[in-house]
Amino acid sequence: MPIREYMTVRDIVGPLLLVERVQEAKYDELVEIEFPDGSVGLGNVLEVEGDKALIQSFEGTRGLDVSNTRVRFRGRGMELAVSRDILGRVFDGLGRPMDDGPEIIPDERININGSPINPFARDYPTDFIQTGMSAIDGLNPLVRGQKLPIFSGAGLPHSRLAAQIARQSTVLGAEMEFSVVFAAMGITFEDADFFMQEFRSTAAIERSVLFINLADDPAVERIATPRVALTAAEYLAFELGMQVLVILTDMTYYCEALREVSAARKEVPGRRGYPGYLYTDLATIYERAGRIKGESGSITQIPILSMPEDDKTHPIPDLTGYITEGQIILSRELHREGIYPPIDVLPSLSRLKENGIGEGKTREDHSDLSNQLFSAYARGKEAKELAVILGEAALTEEDKLYARFSDEFEDRFVRQGEFEDRTIEETLALGWELLKILPRAELKRVKKDQIEKYME
Amino acid sequence: MAEEQGKGRIIKVSGPLVVAAGLDDPRMYDLVRVGRERLMGEVIELRGDEASVQVYEETGGLGPGDPVFTTGMPLSVELGPGLIESIYDGVQRPLNLLFDKAGNYITRGMEMPGLSRDKKWEFVPIVKAGDEVVEGDILGTVQESPVLEHRIMVPAGVGGRVQDIKGGSYTVTDVIATVGEGSDAAQVTMMQKWPVRRGRPFKKKLAPYAPLTTGQRVIDTFFPVAKGGTACVPGPFGSGKTVIQHQIAKWADADVILFIGCGERGNEMTEVLIEFPELIDPHSGEPLMKRTVLIANTSNMPVAAREASVYTGITIAEYFRDMGYQVALQADSTSRWAEAMREISGRLEEMPGEEGYPAYLGTRIAAFYERAGLVQCKCSGERVGSVTVVGAVSPPGGDLSEPVTQATLRVVKVFWGLEDKLAFRRHFPAINWLISYSLYINKVSEMWAELVDPSFKELRDLAMSLLQQESELEEIVRLIGVEALSSRERLVMEGAKSVREDFLQQNAFDDVDTFTSLEKQFLLLRLIMTFYEEAGKAIAADVEIGDVLAIPECEEIAHAKFISEENLNEFDVLERKVTEAIGGLIERKAEEEAEEKVPEGA
Repeated sequence: MPIREYMTVRDIVGPLLLVERVQEAKYDELVEIEFPDGSVGLGNVLEVEGDKALIQSFEGTRGLDVSNTRVRFRGRGMELAVSRDILGRVFDGLGRPMDDGPEIIPDERININGSPINPFARDYPTDFIQTGMSAIDGLNPLVRGQKLPIFSGAGLPHSRLAAQIARQSTVLGAEMEFSVVFAAMGITFEDADFFMQEFRSTAAIERSVLFINLADDPAVERIATPRVALTAAEYLAFELGMQVLVILTDMTYYCEALREVSAARKEVPGRRGYPGYLYTDLATIYERAGRIKGESGSITQIPILSMPEDDKTHPIPDLTGYITEGQIILSRELHREGIYPPIDVLPSLSRLKENGIGEGKTREDHSDLSNQLFSAYARGKEAKELAVILGEAALTEEDKLYARFSDEFEDRFVRQGEFEDRTIEETLALGWELLKILPRAELKRVKKDQIEKYME
Repeated sequence: MAEEQGKGRIIKVSGPLVVAAGLDDPRMYDLVRVGRERLMGEVIELRGDEASVQVYEETGGLGPGDPVFTTGMPLSVELGPGLIESIYDGVQRPLNLLFDKAGNYITRGMEMPGLSRDKKWEFVPIVKAGDEVVEGDILGTVQESPVLEHRIMVPAGVGGRVQDIKGGSYTVTDVIATVGEGSDAAQVTMMQKWPVRRGRPFKKKLAPYAPLTTGQRVIDTFFPVAKGGTACVPGPFGSGKTVIQHQIAKWADADVILFIGCGERGNEMTEVLIEFPELIDPHSGEPLMKRTVLIANTSNMPVAAREASVYTGITIAEYFRDMGYQVALQADSTSRWAEAMREISGRLEEMPGEEGYPAYLGTRIAAFYERAGLVQCKCSGERVGSVTVVGAVSPPGGDLSEPVTQATLRVVKVFWGLEDKLAFRRHFPAINWLISYSLYINKVSEMWAELVDPSFKELRDLAMSLLQQESELEEIVRLIGVEALSSRERLVMEGAKSVREDFLQQNAFDDVDTFTSLEKQFLLLRLIMTFYEEAGKAIAADVEIGDVLAIPECEEIAHAKFISEENLNEFDVLERKVTEAIGGLIERKAEEEAEEKVPEGA
């Protein structure tokens, strides 16, 4: 379809433009918006009715007017130009190079919305990824092709944690290296710079692709950023056969951008003003993780989101938790106690755990041991709460042991250095070591022969 | 395509909603084809000349002026041999065939019949020419899978004398019989179509009474659902809804399982697809897949098709019910279905009810669950079939006061309330025993007396009251410490703990523990309650509670759930050992006391 240009903008409301007397505009079509000062931005069609098209402008609407603005309909959806050369490059939130490198000469142009993976075509994630962090590997293991978000809060070290995961992750036994696709949405320059330095210093930049939308970049652009990044990830994983780790940070800002557009459209809001379709919208992002039958590559997603007021029931973490395969939750309490990584293992969860661990993958005692550690730690935390109310003296001898266990567990198992890379054997050995604090008869979740094998 | 009639054009596109004008006599809920790619859609609103259409595929690239065709048919499913072992999307397109044709991704404009037109089935007639038949009567059978005999029924609106019927190998569109005379004569094929939004007819509804045994102890013993009943599982994320749904799909003693993955994770459907062909059904000895139909409209697939998926599922379930089968349908999750309704409603600019959900949310949910039931099937003889519906609900933030949960609780008879606190303690299934309920317990327990043991209900109520007492005592412990409890109360706490840990907790990932027969559930509970009763006697005889808990049999009770179904007699042995061990304690205590008394008297 030819490019059609119009100067018939009628309304400009927030990030939205209403253009009249348009012929053959298509839903979700890409448009170029030429500002009166000559600069050109991108947008897409949100709704068409008769000869009117409603457009969201990715670069905002500052400086636009109704008489001189030109809108060009491109006759196609938004696309990302991909080739092997995207590796090692830095792009803006819409996929345009922002380092000093040349334009990408595309092998392909791919629509950024992707298509849903046929559930029948999926291959089930079963390969354990060793992140080298006990709180993850031991209790909430990450599996190749999983989507496992980090629920964090303002001021918590989620960036360091994500960087450490990216740095240390290996698929056990297969020596696979991960490529990293990093998408920044609305984070500060400092946060983004931390990741860039991190990738440069470890030479991981060679196998990374970065998409950066900073806090002062147009908010609506963020709606496209994760889609652009995942399009690149899908290309690397399923056309070039790479193992791709996608870090999306911060999903909260993405959702806020979505809310901004929804509000400008005067849509009926769902909870806390977020649009009713937030779940579906997030799903179209998160579900782009996985493995596909017959393909060697994979996409593992680690979205990061900051929970407003550390509230897990806020719509963003809540809906995310319903879509992703578990969650890693960071705890302010542990952080205050100076424990890094401050992972709150009890509410954290990896839904694919049972498929990724056990004999032939990690070790046969992994599942039982982790259940034992979980329940002992939970019991210890309860005992400590009780002690706060009634005083230490009110605890039974058993409870005192559990309380001690939970302290040691946080201090030795959860806590580790930012550059400490523990093998899964080390993690499991540490777990058994800690269980020695408890009386043998209390260890109901592990089997007798495991106790004999690993504790004596 | 011959079925298309009038042609209109698009005037508006907004997400999954398209408005078309100039359609030739469109009717509500008629199927239409949208755009040059002929995407599937359904008419959901008519205003003058304009028809609003929800489109079951991505609408990117559609625009005003694109053509829209009516088909004159409501959205229907194809019913006949070939349903079992299929995996469909929300509008009954076989995902495995889409994969063969289009590859890894679901692309647009793919047309695919729900039942294979090429596959031949061996049809065995059971009526003969000259017999009188009415709607719903069985003409013959097809052995669709080793465990399922597909009964070919006289379709709706057909009846009379069988003119001609022939056995042999046919496709679903071949004529296998001619029924009726003269101008009423109908050519019957093995396939029939039924509009998804209309419940299939039956003679009479009956009150459900028989338990649907799921092999899950907390469900079967404490909060059972009856065959033909309705249940819901609400819970926050991570509390194990999906595992419970999968466990029911795996182990329920139903003839046919319908699993609807409605707006949920893609990998969960993959898990079912990989696991079910390998798992063996304990009732039939055949792979579970041989009795299963899957509907997968994952969260990232088009939202309008998600809205349709529950109707597609329940229509297929009703079809098997009409053959006289016990069908169990799991919908995971009904909240996503409700959200799909909300999204479409918003696009239609309808006045919203609570939290943006349409005002008709409650009506739609109630109407859906009402399609469950135990019925006398429509036919000339006596045939009974049932559809049991278990719906997962995903309340935002785990808050049960939200509209979908509330609308669901108004209609379902069983409530399994999941709690994340239990899940954090790794107590699975994380069904909270204090808030859950089953209104079928009295009916179902009458059957227990026949199936297992007359004392089952009494035992269950006793265990339940222990749990109740525990929660009251816990309050006291929290306030003044465990020391404040009497030995008797300590024992209640210990008894309840045993019920919780040794009975309620069940590991879905353990080969033995994943399924427990009703008989074993009874034996296990009796073992636990025997210990409690005997221990009570010991305490009455002044034996220290610590001594009672220290008997080695306690540890054996903890591991009793792992006794395999073949060795159920071990329970009797263990029970005797428990009685003897505690009896021994009581005797020793009595001797001690006697000894103490002797010197006094001397």
